[in-house]
Amino acid sequence: MDDFQATKPIYMQLVERINHKIVRNELRAGEKLKSVRDMAVESGVNPNTVQRTYSELERMDIVETKRGQGTFVTEDEMKLNELRDSLKNEHISRFITQMADMGFSKDETVKGLQDYIEQQEVE
Amino acid sequence: MIVFENVSKSYLTQKALDNVNLKIPNGKIVGIIGENGSGKSTMLKLMAGLIRPSKGSVKVNDIPANRKVSEIVTYLSELDAYYVMYTVKQTINFFSTQFKDFDLTKAYKIMEFMKLDPDQKVKNLSKGNRGRLRIVLSLARDVPYIILDEPFSGLDPMVRESVVKGLLSYIDLERQTVIITTHEIQEVEALLDMIIVIRNGRILDMKEVEHLHEKEQKSVVEWLKKVYEAS
Repeated sequence: MDDFQATKPIYMQLVERINHKIVRNELRAGEKLKSVRDMAVESGVNPNTVQRTYSELERMDIVETKRGQGTFVTEDEMKLNELRDSLKNEHISRFITQMADMGFSKDETVKGLQDYIEQQEVE
Repeated sequence: MIVFENVSKSYLTQKALDNVNLKIPNGKIVGIIGENGSGKSTMLKLMAGLIRPSKGSVKVNDIPANRKVSEIVTYLSELDAYYVMYTVKQTINFFSTQFKDFDLTKAYKIMEFMKLDPDQKVKNLSKGNRGRLRIVLSLARDVPYIILDEPFSGLDPMVRESVVKGLLSYIDLERQTVIITTHEIQEVEALLDMIIVIRNGRILDMKEVEHLHEKEQKSVVEWLKKVYEAS
């Protein structure tokens, strides 16, 4: 069973987890998602919540529900690239905000990032 | 839908429920939370038609909740002393003769899922296993309303997880509504659609769990504290 934060709707946390799986290629374009019931049992979440997760993913055009067959990750590469970009931007924006909150200038942040990456490559 | 309208219930001089008004929608898993003696069991017994209100009315799908309501509601508070000589399997078989909607094949499946030994005598079952047998007997009936009294109490976390998974595997929210009372709020937060808080026979509040997360950024426990403090 999964753990969830209390400060965010559980259906949105499931949306984020599935999106991350798609970006990491653990769920591929065109691949079938677990049935609502299986997902509910696996994660210990109310089936209505899982249904809401799938509806939200459908609204975002990330999955498609085929009648009588189930829910599938979209095969639309453009949509998948958009998802990748939006996750990237989301993480960068969180990082930049935190750095700014701690008083680092933009230049310091960029320089720090470059140095860090170079250091990593050397190691 | 289960509707409580101006419901009060008194036992001799003691008031168990005090003017309760409530609508429980279909197709949800609803948790009733309250301390011991708050009126939770009285509410369940009223829904199951085992007792009648002193004032007001309780209706299940527009039908007054009397003894006949047991055709559409399953509720097992405790296993009667009557069953203690039976084995698990004999108890299940006996239940299948008592309810025409009882699905014997499904009962055996859930029994296996819950890892109950069919040949063990009921009197020798641990408290947790007895609770699981009650769940088997409740979920094997094909009825629109399933009422479970403290299905998680006294279970260690691993067992509780198997009970939660069993519940999720064998209910169908398109046709069924589940009402449970619980103390283990934190652990079952993701399981519940709605939560009803009761204290001293009065309903303090009723909320959708996801609404608490979304609009108040609160866990059920945090919200409960607030509700109790305000009461």
